This record gives sequence, C-alpha cells and structure tokens, in this order.
Amino acid sequence: MMKVVLKSFKAAAKSTGRGARLWKKMLGTGCLALGLVSLPAHAILPIQHWQTATGAQVYFVENHDLPMLDVSVEFPAGSSRDTAAKSGLANMTKGLLDLGAAGLSDNEIATRLADVGANLGGRFELDRAGVSLRTLSSARERGQALDMMAKVLQQPDFPDSVLQREKARTIAALKEAETQPESIADKAFSKMLYGSHPYGLQGGGEIATVSALTRQDLVDFYRDHYNAEHAVVSLMGDLTRTEAAAIAEQLTAKLPKAQSAPAPLPAVEYPVAPQTRAIPHPATQSHILLGYPGMVRGDRDFFPLYVGNYILGGGGFDSRLTKEVREKRGLAYSTYSYFAPMQQLGPFQIGLQTKKEQSEQALTLVRKTLQDFIAKGPTDKELTQAKNNIIGGFPLRIDSNRKILEYLGVIGYYRLPLTYLDDFVNNVNKVTAAQIRDAFARRVRPDRMVTVVVGAQEGAPAASK
Amino acid sequence: MNHTLSSNFGSRSLLKLLPLLASALCWVAPAAWAATSEYQLANGLKVIVKEDHRAPVVVSQVWYRAGSMDEFNGTTGVAHVLEHMMFKGTKDIAPGEFSKLIAAAGGKDNAFTSRDHTTYFQQLHKSKLPLAFKLEADRMHNLILSEKEFSKEIQVVMEERRWRTDDKPQSLVQEAMMATVFQEHPYRRPVIGWMNDLEHMTYRDARDWYQRWYTPKNAVLVVVGDVEPKAVFQLAEKYFGKIKAKPLPERKVQVEPEQTGIKRINVKAPAQLPYLAMAYHAPALRDPANDWEPYALEMLVGVMDGNESARLNKSLVRDSQVASSTGAGYDSIGRGPGMLMFEGTPSEGKSVADLEAALREQIEIIKRDGVTAEELQRVKAQVVASQVYQRDSMFYQAMQIGEYESNGFSHRALDQRLAKLQAVTPAQVQEVARKYLVDDSLTVATLDPQPLDGKKPAPRPKGLPHKS
Repeated sequence: MMKVVLKSFKAAAKSTGRGARLWKKMLGTGCLALGLVSLPAHAILPIQHWQTATGAQVYFVENHDLPMLDVSVEFPAGSSRDTAAKSGLANMTKGLLDLGAAGLSDNEIATRLADVGANLGGRFELDRAGVSLRTLSSARERGQALDMMAKVLQQPDFPDSVLQREKARTIAALKEAETQPESIADKAFSKMLYGSHPYGLQGGGEIATVSALTRQDLVDFYRDHYNAEHAVVSLMGDLTRTEAAAIAEQLTAKLPKAQSAPAPLPAVEYPVAPQTRAIPHPATQSHILLGYPGMVRGDRDFFPLYVGNYILGGGGFDSRLTKEVREKRGLAYSTYSYFAPMQQLGPFQIGLQTKKEQSEQALTLVRKTLQDFIAKGPTDKELTQAKNNIIGGFPLRIDSNRKILEYLGVIGYYRLPLTYLDDFVNNVNKVTAAQIRDAFARRVRPDRMVTVVVGAQEGAPAASK
Repeated sequence: MNHTLSSNFGSRSLLKLLPLLASALCWVAPAAWAATSEYQLANGLKVIVKEDHRAPVVVSQVWYRAGSMDEFNGTTGVAHVLEHMMFKGTKDIAPGEFSKLIAAAGGKDNAFTSRDHTTYFQQLHKSKLPLAFKLEADRMHNLILSEKEFSKEIQVVMEERRWRTDDKPQSLVQEAMMATVFQEHPYRRPVIGWMNDLEHMTYRDARDWYQRWYTPKNAVLVVVGDVEPKAVFQLAEKYFGKIKAKPLPERKVQVEPEQTGIKRINVKAPAQLPYLAMAYHAPALRDPANDWEPYALEMLVGVMDGNESARLNKSLVRDSQVASSTGAGYDSIGRGPGMLMFEGTPSEGKSVADLEAALREQIEIIKRDGVTAEELQRVKAQVVASQVYQRDSMFYQAMQIGEYESNGFSHRALDQRLAKLQAVTPAQVQEVARKYLVDDSLTVATLDPQPLDGKKPAPRPKGLPHKS
C-alpha cells in the first residue's frame, strides 16, 4: 500500500479507535444520511468491562461468528518510558518477552505456537507496549496458545545470549536507518518537535545506548512497567464471559506488583520559534516533513481537529493537500497530514516526497495550503463531504474482529468512555466549520512549526518560509 | 487512496510479503454461511458473489486480465499508468469525481496493478453498492483520456517510481534481479515501468491500452459482503449489462527458455547494509486439481520460513547468526512462470558470500535429508488456522477469488487447496527441492552499499572481522 494510505489510516485509526460487529445493525441507511443520525437505543458494540483480582482492566466483546479469539495485553511501557541514557530499553524489553520464558527457549516458544497455528504479535508505540495473540478457539489450540502467552507475559527470562544477538540486530537496523532518507527524516522530525521530551526518543534507541544495555536493565524495566495494576486486557471473539474472565486472570495474576503508579509523562512544550533543517542526501527525491505538537487522547478539540484534518490532508483525494500538490500539479505521489493523539500531545504531521529539483516549490505550496486552511477554515461543501465520508464510512471501522480488538485497546488504555463508539457519529456530526477554524488557529501555528527536508534542493534556502 | 501498485516481488522487501504468501496457502470449501455464487453476463463479464453477513458492508472488486506482462517494449508501465488514468473522468464523470462520489458515500476506493492483472475496488456500506457498480461500469467503456490530465498524472507516476524503487536500495536489487532471472519473458520488466519509458509515454499509449484490454469479457467482478447474490446479479445486469462486448486481441504464448547456468548481478546504491537475493525458476500452478509440485513448493517454503521457529530463522538468525534477517517466498499463482526466492541481510562482520553459503547449505540439507513429518505437520496446522483467520477480512476473501479467476482458474478450485496442501508428503518436499533448487536455474543478486557522500569509506582497522 502506498504510504499516504498507511499514514492517514493510522491517523484515522488512532483518532477514533477501530472497533467492530459485528455490531448490531442499527446504522441503517436512514441513519447514515446526515441530519438523521440519532443516538442508538442499544450500544453499537456491547463492551463488557471489569477488573481482574490483581487490578488489570479488562475489555471484552463476545462474538461467536468465527471460531477464533483475539487477545491483547498492553502496558504503559512504550518508548516514552525510556530515558535518554538508556534509549531503546523499552523496545528491547518488549522484543525479548517471547524470546525465552519459563525456561523455554525462543525456538520452543515459537514451535509451540506454530504447532497450534497461533500468531503472537505485539505493539510498541510512544505510550503503549504489549503482546497480542490470535488463535483458534477450539480447546487444544486455545489452551496451548494462551499458555505460551501467559508465560511470555509473566515469566520472561531475558536470556543474556539472546540479548546480545538482538542488540547486534537492532544496531545493524539503526545503522541502516541512518542511511535511508525516510528514516533520517522521521528521526530528525521527532527530535526537533520534542527536544528532550521522551516523545523525542527513538523507539529503537541509539547505537551507543543500545550497545550499553544489560540484562539487568531489562529485568528492572520489566519489573517496573509490566504491572497488573496498569495492564489493559482486551478480548474479542468466540468466548463466554466466564471463559474471558478466567483468561484475563491467567494472563495477569503473576505479573509483577506495581511499586507505584506510573510516573506521569511530562507535558509537551510548544515550540516558540520555527525550526528548519535541511539534510543532504543523494536520493532523487526530497523527503519533506512539517509538524507541530498535536493533540491528546480525549482532547476537547479532538472532533474539530479530526474532521478538519480530513479536509486538510487526511481525506485522501478529498483533501486539499492532495488536490493542490498531486492533482493540480503532479508534484508528488503521496502527500498527507495527520494527528496522532497520545497521552501527551502526539504529533501533527504533514509529509510528502517530491523530486529534488522541485522541493522548494512543493514546500512553498504546502505552507500556503496550510496557511489558507488555518486562516479561512473549510468551506461548507468541504465539511459536508468530510462528514459524509466519516459518518457513512463508520461501519467499515468496526467490520472485523481485528479492528474491534484495536478499538478495545485504545478505549481501555486511554480510559475513553465505553460509549465512545456510540457517540462517535453524533460527535462528528456536531462539528461546525467555525469550530474547525477556531481549533486549528489555536492548535497549529504555521509560524512556529518544525520543518525537515532530507535530500534538500541544492543551493535553495530549503524551507525559507 | 487510489493508484497503488503491487507486484509479486516488485515492492518493499520480500519479507514483508511473506505473511500474505503464507496465508495465501489456504482455503477451504465455503461453508453454508459463506456461499459463493457465479453468474455471467451476455457480454462476457463474470460476476462472483460471496456472502459474508457479519457486518453491513461490502467490498466490490473489478479484475482486468491485463497487467505489465501484456505490455510491449517501449511502453512498459502503461498498465499501471492507465490504472491512474481510470480516475480521470468519463463522458459523465469529471476528473477526480469518481473518488469524490465514493468518499461521499462513506466508501474507500483504490486500485492496484500487478504483472498479471489490474484491480479496482470499493469498500462501502452495503446500501451503496449500486453507486460502485454504476461508476465502475461507466469507466469500463466511457473513459476519456485527455492529454491535459495525462501530462500531470505521468509526473505523479514518475514520483511514484522514484519513491518506490529509485531511492530504495533493496527495491533496485529486486528490480535488477527480475530483469536477470527472466531473459525473454515479460516478467523481467517492472510493473511501474522503466523511467525512460515513462518519460516518453503519451496519452495515446494509455488510450491504446484501454481500448485493447478494457472490455467485459476480460474482466471479473468480485463482490464479498452482506449481500444477496441474486440481487447483486440483477444489479450487475443493470449497470454492466449494457456495455458492448468487444473481441480481445490474441495473446502470444511467451515461454522463458531454460536457464543453463548461474547468473550473478550486483547493484550499488547508498546504504549501510548489504543485501542478498537468490531466485530459482519454479513451476506455477496450471492444473489445480492434478498438479502437486506447486503445493509441495509452498510447503517447502513453509518449512523454511513459515514461522519464527522455521529453518532459516532458527539456523541463520538465531543459531549461526550469519544473518540479521532472512526469508523465503514462492507464489504459485500467476499467468507467467513461477519463481522461488530467498533473501537476507548478513550480520555485521558477515558478507553476502557468507550468507549465500549458509542459505545454500540449508537448501542442501533439505535435498539430502528431506524434512521431518513434524515440521510439515506444523506448517499444515498454520494452513488450517489461517483458513479461519482469513474469514475475518472480506477484502482478503475477495482478493483470493479475484487472484484465482484473473489467472484463469475457477474460484471453485480454491476449494481444493487445503486438501492438496494437506496431502503433501515429506518425500514430495524433498523431491521438488532436488528438482528445482539447482544452480543452473539460480540467479544471485547483491546490494553493494555505498556511502551517502559518494566517497569511499575509510579502510577498516585490521583485526576486525568485516568481509563485506
């Protein structure tokens, strides 16, 4: 898939949760038409929520359409829990969970999962880290797969030989990333945007800090961050409530006890002046990123910014950026903007790639497009189009078990209301053009944004405003 | 967003494609809840509907049996360029209007081009299926190809090529490798097209392509979702039925001659890590009911790289640590010849030659000792499980049907896949390894990483193990 799809999809997913039914068929066609949206009488997605004996939060949607189960367990153990001195520790800890546990080797764990056709995966982001499992729901398969997941989560061994091997692999990947324009741009962007805030740390870490990681570092990080009290367990699929409750206990009962509540992340400071970096690279294209601290999960401006961003750069061919940069002028294959809401202000980012010789022209155009949007806001026509798509496309957000599991994880981790999805359509529908204009004017400051151009046009001011 | 492009080995790393390849292994006879129905219009358009009532949504895909393998020299990439131009308007629909109307209906639309086919799709609420059919039928015969729209869009495609291939070292290696593996067969050409051909392409080339291949008889319409087949067939009659039938041009049989010795190619590009790809000629599926070799080759790849504990990862990444990553892939479905590929990145201090030797050793071990029943059973367990997992995605179910149909098989042949895969024996896996993984049909492609500033790196101090 092309990047813009991934980016905008990611943004959409993050902004809304991705849910599912396998939901009750209440959004009939009538409901989909604008103006006819009404609050459903029953929850679209019947989420059951409780706590385990050790304090983990559990979110469960029961559905027996397919004989399978998706489950995830997530913790406040993402890259923002790293320090600059041990950057990469959170990632390495998460990565080693299934590479040795309860005396089983990495190969033994992988073999036992493969024997029952189970897929063990995971998540690693700025805020969250965790493990997910997809398995058949038949007794033997489910039992063996969950047994492995329980061991991986609660009895990781962090074998030193495996750590040495994985450090070498990570360092090789970090060195490679230093030569590729996309990753150079991403890294420079987050450093410039977040400075010394933990969101500015690289998920994979730095070559020097990864080299210095020890087994004890991982053991300590695990003990301090993989606590039942802070865990979010999401379950979706072919289970009864009783079975789900037993599984949630099985996966969390033996997690280390928290010594304290997770330290609050520091607030993100807004830049006070524009920053621009031009980084030379021999690639044929310039990779251009612009950004500003965006929004938090549950942000009071969430819906105006989300709907507004569809119009600016999140809505594919409906978006102004794609119209101006690609459709009218053929300057890029992909251009986008997104908000990634996080615990603290996640990034607002605009990006594109264009051949080096025209990168100044493209950058000027992107800036002008953004400034126009902020100054004047969307037209009524654009707003209607955006709402039609977001509201009409609502069923697609929750049409699979996988999407529902994602949605449960977001609701659970960020403590969004269980009615988040029920309210989503109404909240989108209520957004006005004035609200979008007001929210963007307050929340995105073009005169203070960070700009990165990797493979900058030679002799050009690379982003003079 | 529309206008994507895919090819079997054309984009990104092969490793990324492996989950897709692995899950493509499997399929079972549709159960009662997921009946599949077929219908053909008088003009030749085939319609296949698979019911999935889990959510009130639908995916609609039109597959044209026209991909980069049908192109001629001098206009490579035109299949994909036309795919972009399909969003640029008809007699009734203005440029860009197609996607706008789908978006206004809450839908997503997109398209992709491969070596064998070009596919257009929409995902929407089931009540909006008529809109998707109306627009898709319209551009099947009413497309307007203007010089003005073409001149902008060809720039977009060239940007796409820069982004997808020219600035991605491993993509460059894979592109050069395909051009070496195949000497005569058009699979040697990249789906995105050579830059020189894109630079000289005109709207007339795209128009010729459209007129040549875009006709109901050369297309399959696949619908999966919360729909009733009869109603979908009626809808198809209503919108697609009025399109006139058109004769298809003759397709020349193009057979790749037998390779008679190892081929090697090296690509220099700015990068840090070297990269190695090894490709062997292999058969593609031709007779789903009676072939056995393609199924045995799929199981062979599963044993080598089907899960985290499979042979390549266990031996080369975890045990000997000669590789920092490695993978294997084989796609049995295609109108052209098959190919089995290995790839990997050597660990620090190891060279591509070390990695090649290690991969060849793994191949020799299978040729000499075969595979165990236990390993094979493990791959089969994954096949069985993924046949359930894939039912979580309507889009993927439609993809499988479309792949089969556009490659000349009936979608009903998918029903046989599970049984055929489960019937593969360890002896058959060993037999196909011995038959096809031979040097005379091997192509080895390597990436020679270059410093970003164009200068040679300083010589490494003696004593450090670094052979690359």
